[in-house]
This record gives sequence, C-alpha cells and structure tokens, in this order.
Amino acid sequence: MQLSTKHLLGIRDLTPGDIQLILDTATQFKEVLQRPIKKVPTLRDVTIVNLFYENSTRTRISFELAEKRLSADTINFTASGSSAAKGETLLDTVNNILSMKVDMVVMRHSASGAPHFLAKHIPAAIVNAGDGINEHPTQALLDALSIRQALGGLQGKKVAIIGDIMHSRVALSNIYLLKKMGAEIMLAGPPTLIPTYIREAFDVRVEYNLKTALQWCDVANVLRIQLERQNQPLFSSLREYNLAYGVSKRLLDSLDKKIVIMHPGPINRGVELDSDVADSKQSIILQQVENGVAVRMAVLYLLAGAKGEKN
Amino acid sequence: MKTILNEQQLAITIQRLTHQVLENHLDLENTVLIGIQPRGVYFSNRIVAELKQQLPARTIPYGLLDITFYRDDVRKGLHELNQTDIPFSIEDKNVILIDDVLWTGRTIRAALDALLDFGRPAKVELCVLIDRRFSRQLPIQADYTGKSIDSIITQKVKVFWKEKDGKEEVALL
Repeated sequence: MQLSTKHLLGIRDLTPGDIQLILDTATQFKEVLQRPIKKVPTLRDVTIVNLFYENSTRTRISFELAEKRLSADTINFTASGSSAAKGETLLDTVNNILSMKVDMVVMRHSASGAPHFLAKHIPAAIVNAGDGINEHPTQALLDALSIRQALGGLQGKKVAIIGDIMHSRVALSNIYLLKKMGAEIMLAGPPTLIPTYIREAFDVRVEYNLKTALQWCDVANVLRIQLERQNQPLFSSLREYNLAYGVSKRLLDSLDKKIVIMHPGPINRGVELDSDVADSKQSIILQQVENGVAVRMAVLYLLAGAKGEKN
Repeated sequence: MKTILNEQQLAITIQRLTHQVLENHLDLENTVLIGIQPRGVYFSNRIVAELKQQLPARTIPYGLLDITFYRDDVRKGLHELNQTDIPFSIEDKNVILIDDVLWTGRTIRAALDALLDFGRPAKVELCVLIDRRFSRQLPIQADYTGKSIDSIITQKVKVFWKEKDGKEEVALL
C-alpha cells in the first residue's frame, strides 16, 4: 500500500492504482469526519507549510482543515505581506522555511510548473494545490470521489466538462484522471475557450452546443469563467456567454434525463451556472467541498507515510 | 507449525468466552461489542453469533473499529485501511473490545485512543482469543482470555478462520 510517487504534482504522474488508493483512503477519512471527535493523531509529528502565492478560499481552508484533522502542525504563508513582495525568489523562500524543519509543502502558484521546479530542488514532499493553467490534482480527485458517490463508479461514465477549458487547471486534471479511470469525456464551450488541438491530444469529444453536451452526459462539471486569466476578449459579454453556455433550470428540464451538476467553485452565479441550478437537488457542489477535506487528508496521509519508508 | 487449538477446541473456547461475557453482563444491558479490524473481526463475529444464540430476543450492538490512523508506527510504512463502523453511541456504555491475539499491547493502546474519539465509555474490557504473555510492551491485560501461551519473539501466532483461510485452527509458526 503505497503511492508510486513522492509528490503530488499532477494527476499526469499518477497510475490508476494510485488514484484508486487515494479515493479508497479518502472514503475511510470521510467516516472519520462523521465522528463526534473529527480528528486523528496520525500526522502529529509532521509539519506542513501552506504556500499560497495566489488567492484561494476553498482550497486553502480545505487543506488547512485536512492538516488539522490529521493533527499535523501547519504554517500559512501568503505572498502578499511576505518577503516575496520584497523580491525574494521562490526557492529562497522555500529553503528558508524548510530550514525550520518542515516536512511537507502545499503550494499554489500562478506560474504553471512552479511545484515541479520546487520538487527538483528541495527534499520535502510537495502537494500541488493549483499551478497556473496546468493542474489542480486534489480538485480532480475530489471531483472523482463525488462522481463515484453519485453514480457508483467512474468506469464508462459520461462526463461533460463545460466552459473555460483553455484557462482551467481543473479541466486538465479532470481530463487526465477521467481518462486513466476509464470514463468518457466531452468538452463543451465556445470555440475560443477550447484549445485547438485538445481533441487530438487527449482523444476526447468536443462539442460546441451546450444542449447536445448535456443530453449526452451523466455528469456535467461546469467550470468557472476565469476572467483574471483572460487578457483578451474571448466572448463578447458575460450576458451573451450566459445565454449560449449558461446552465439553466429550463435547459436541464428540457432534457429527457436527470444529470448531476458539479462546479469546482467559486461560482459566477448567473454566468456559467444559474442560481436555481446551483442550489437544486441535482447539484452536488457542496458534497464536492465536503469530499475535498477527506481527499486532501488521504493525499497528505499517503505522502507522509511514503516519506517514512524512504528514510 | 504447532497446533495450539484445533477446530473443536476453538469452538469450545469461543463458547466459554461468550458465557464469561454473559456472566459479567447478564443480558448485555448497556453493553456494546467492538471487533478490531482486520483479523479481530472474524473472532468477534463468532462471539456475537454465539451471543445471539444465547439471547435470541436481543439485538446486540456490534461495531467494527479500524485503528490504522492511531498506530504508533504510521511513519514506518502504511498499513491497509479497513472500515470503521460503529453505528451507535458508546457514551456511558460498557465496551468489550475484541481481538484475536494480544501480543505487545500496542494495537490495544491504539484501539483505546480510537475509542475515546467516539465518546466516553463507562468501562472498557478486553476479550482476546490468544494471549502471548510475557511479551507485553505496554501495561495492558485482557479481561477474557481464550488461551494464554508462552512464545518467543521470533515465533508467530496465526489464527486461521474458515471463511478466510479455509480451516479453523490456532497455530504457532
């Protein structure tokens, strides 16, 4: 029982066995989170630093909660208000923190590949909490756990990923994961937000009509429009985007089946997802958040154990 | 390989332990049973089945406990996880912990820690099939013991169960 990797940099590096192990372990941690005392002493000798060079609410809280539920000691670092603002390099910052005897690094960075760079230069285990437009592995894992709970499995399930595929690390991690676990994938959105060669690169379906995509799928994972990463207009207005690609109650009611709606958050209500859909029974958005803590506990636990074996 | 208990002796031992439990907890009023995962559960299943025969009218509160997250050797390598399922409150209850082999006492230490995260029991008792005495590393002893044996550290005690191993036997390897 062991992951094949020392770090969690991306789903790309994981084997299907690793993914299965993480999801199964997370299921056991979900049970821990139902107990009167939701805390286990497993990582009480581990110190974890949360390095967040980019804004985050859900992921940071979720990681921090997961660390605390495992009894690890945690340090939080945010780029604003730190010496990074004075011009210290990433490697210097991390080496300084590590010299205070830190075992694991959870990192979010706006530059794709930042955690991979760190992994080459420091001895601590690294968990990628989102790097630029590359990957967000723990999000894909919690999405997979949520799909598994909602539909009973991943193999052969039809998953539509809808919206801003181009700028979404959630999309890329989800594509890697779903492909490895044997699910079928369809990407849907405006042509300007879907990378040109993605169909060939991943052997996935691409669909430009939202209703066709929703009709095809069992689960729709609706992504946030990432305005902060778009430096040129890729669609004319949010209103027009909502009309063409917003998931609305009326659209869902017009399908001849009930599909499951997911969203990684934060939601732009009334843009990619209408409020009455986000708050409906079809949506498992809050279960995703709940699963997030269990998945992150599983990842930290499995990586911490792997470290012990090497020493 | 030396047999400690054969199939018949094993069945009689389980019956005796069940009666001893009933002696102290007459109709299991306010008493719950918890088997320790993974291998203690085969033994606890037998005890519970036997108790059901003795008290057919009662539903016996029976849970399973996985202690992996509470082990003191987590960082020396990971262990297989198993399901924890305690579908009742243990607050102010008499808890009988059930495991197959008591050796160093470390598993029971972890189980006690795990148990306290579910509430504050009135009393905790320990029921084991085999007690490897003189090899304890912690001050822990059983309240109900199937058989005490003397063994050296390099020896292994293995309990075979029909549903898992195809035979019923306790052996010293």
